[in-house]
Amino acid sequence: MKKVNIWAWIILIVGILYFFVPLVATLDFSLRAEKDIYPSFEAYRFVFSDPDFYQNFGSSLLWSLLTMVVSLLLIVPTTYWVHLRLPNWRPAVEFVTLMPFVVPAVVLTFGMIRLYCCDPLPLVNSPILLIAGYTILSFPYMFRAVDAGLRAIDVRTLTEAAQSLGAGWPTILFQVIFPNLRVALLSGVFLTFAIVMGEFTFASLLSKPAFGPYMEFLGAQRAYEPAALALISFALSWGSIGIIQYVGRGRGGEANLAGAR
Amino acid sequence: MSQTPSVKLGKGDAPKARPPSRKFSWDWLGLAPFFLFAIAFLLLPSASIVVNSFISPGGRFTFQNIIDVVARKDLRSAYQASLSISAITAIGGALFGFLLAYAVVSGGLPKSLRTFLLTFSGVASNFAGVPLAFAFIATIGNTGLITRAIESLSGVDIHQHGFSIYNIWGLSIVYMYFQFPLMVLIMAPALDGLRREWKEACENLGATGWQYWRYVALPILLPTLLGTTILLFGNAFGAYATAYAFSGSFINLVTIVIGGQIQGDVLFNPGLGNALALGMVIIMGLCMLGYLWMQRRAARWMR
Repeated sequence: MKKVNIWAWIILIVGILYFFVPLVATLDFSLRAEKDIYPSFEAYRFVFSDPDFYQNFGSSLLWSLLTMVVSLLLIVPTTYWVHLRLPNWRPAVEFVTLMPFVVPAVVLTFGMIRLYCCDPLPLVNSPILLIAGYTILSFPYMFRAVDAGLRAIDVRTLTEAAQSLGAGWPTILFQVIFPNLRVALLSGVFLTFAIVMGEFTFASLLSKPAFGPYMEFLGAQRAYEPAALALISFALSWGSIGIIQYVGRGRGGEANLAGAR
Repeated sequence: MSQTPSVKLGKGDAPKARPPSRKFSWDWLGLAPFFLFAIAFLLLPSASIVVNSFISPGGRFTFQNIIDVVARKDLRSAYQASLSISAITAIGGALFGFLLAYAVVSGGLPKSLRTFLLTFSGVASNFAGVPLAFAFIATIGNTGLITRAIESLSGVDIHQHGFSIYNIWGLSIVYMYFQFPLMVLIMAPALDGLRREWKEACENLGATGWQYWRYVALPILLPTLLGTTILLFGNAFGAYATAYAFSGSFINLVTIVIGGQIQGDVLFNPGLGNALALGMVIIMGLCMLGYLWMQRRAARWMR
């Protein structure tokens, strides 16, 4: 029945050009750091020998680790509990996880800074607000991943079977439920990693060291290095999403809702 | 309405036993950490924006902040810029994304291309912010690849002829990079959901391809199509990092103004920043409601 449509090919080629021309241009640009030498890896050499790069990149790694821990600790037990005992609360939980779409990062930062600027809770200078903001950003991804994972297994039967065999709560969670959620947890974790590593808004407005503000800072100072950083950042997202696709192969791809733009 | 007792008491009968009192359940405690976190870092900050929008610098209740946002030309134009760029990239992204999804799902292209395109869309829809801005500066900026290619082909430097990428149209080209892949990701499964039987039934009844699309496929896809367009609109409306890194404060978007207000009180009135943010939350909230409503309608036909 299917016949090859010439228009389908034209649209596809336009789409692929849109995808790749900016990437090729960025690569090309990043290799022009030295006059008369092409390709020149000077831009990459500069970035990789800049101590600020390591410091900011390291900070972002730390933020993303902390965010993963907080987000997992909040989302996994909550979603599990909703599936097991409180199915009526599911819409409320889902609504909260979708809030980063309603309250953009800039607006949320604005509200947090005003609320926690001064006594009785001066949190502005600690990283708590940054981690809280990132955790909220990760909610939609984490909740969707864990929710889909829990829906695929029969939580109630598994829990009751474990209980009737005499398992306590830690055993149920760590030996029964988590192993079954491995793929879901991994995809939630890697998406969180991809978001936090490139995030700019929270880190910049809360004046915390991170990879995103470093990229922006270098972009204002130098010409070719930003292109090199853009490619490094793209490779990071490509890597994380590649891993998600790999561990979750055979499952339907989920479109993601919100993020830091 | 008057209430009629459901249990009629006969003479001498003891009242029926009370229904077993609902045992108080502590189950909700399991959700407490999650909701406490959400209250502390989502609800209270948002509520403070709402409250502070109605407080004057002197600490009294006022509508002046809201009136100022509407009355001040620079703030009105910030909203105009944000709304136009969101509308342009939502409609453009939806159209192109739909065509692309249709091409890979029903265009008879090789299956491997489809997998590749969907994977790439997943990455591209997340490739936003500072690096995306840099990528486009390297592409269509003053010494970008496309700029140089056009110059060497035609001898015309496009940036010398009144063409600038640091305006709404230039930024739209950048935003499109994460807008249309999102459309592809949502439309491809929806197009897959169109069952072959529906098309065959139409053909058996003598419908033309146009009639099938106009009266069967399009009405089924319309909620998804509109819902996703609204989603793209909100996606662009809340964007900050991309615009900031691309053009600094050349383009006066609402998010850029709020960012400036955080870094230093550029509006010289804290309440005004709150009122600006409140407007954003209201618009984004409406987008979300519209999206959820459309999604519910779309779910009727999708398994």
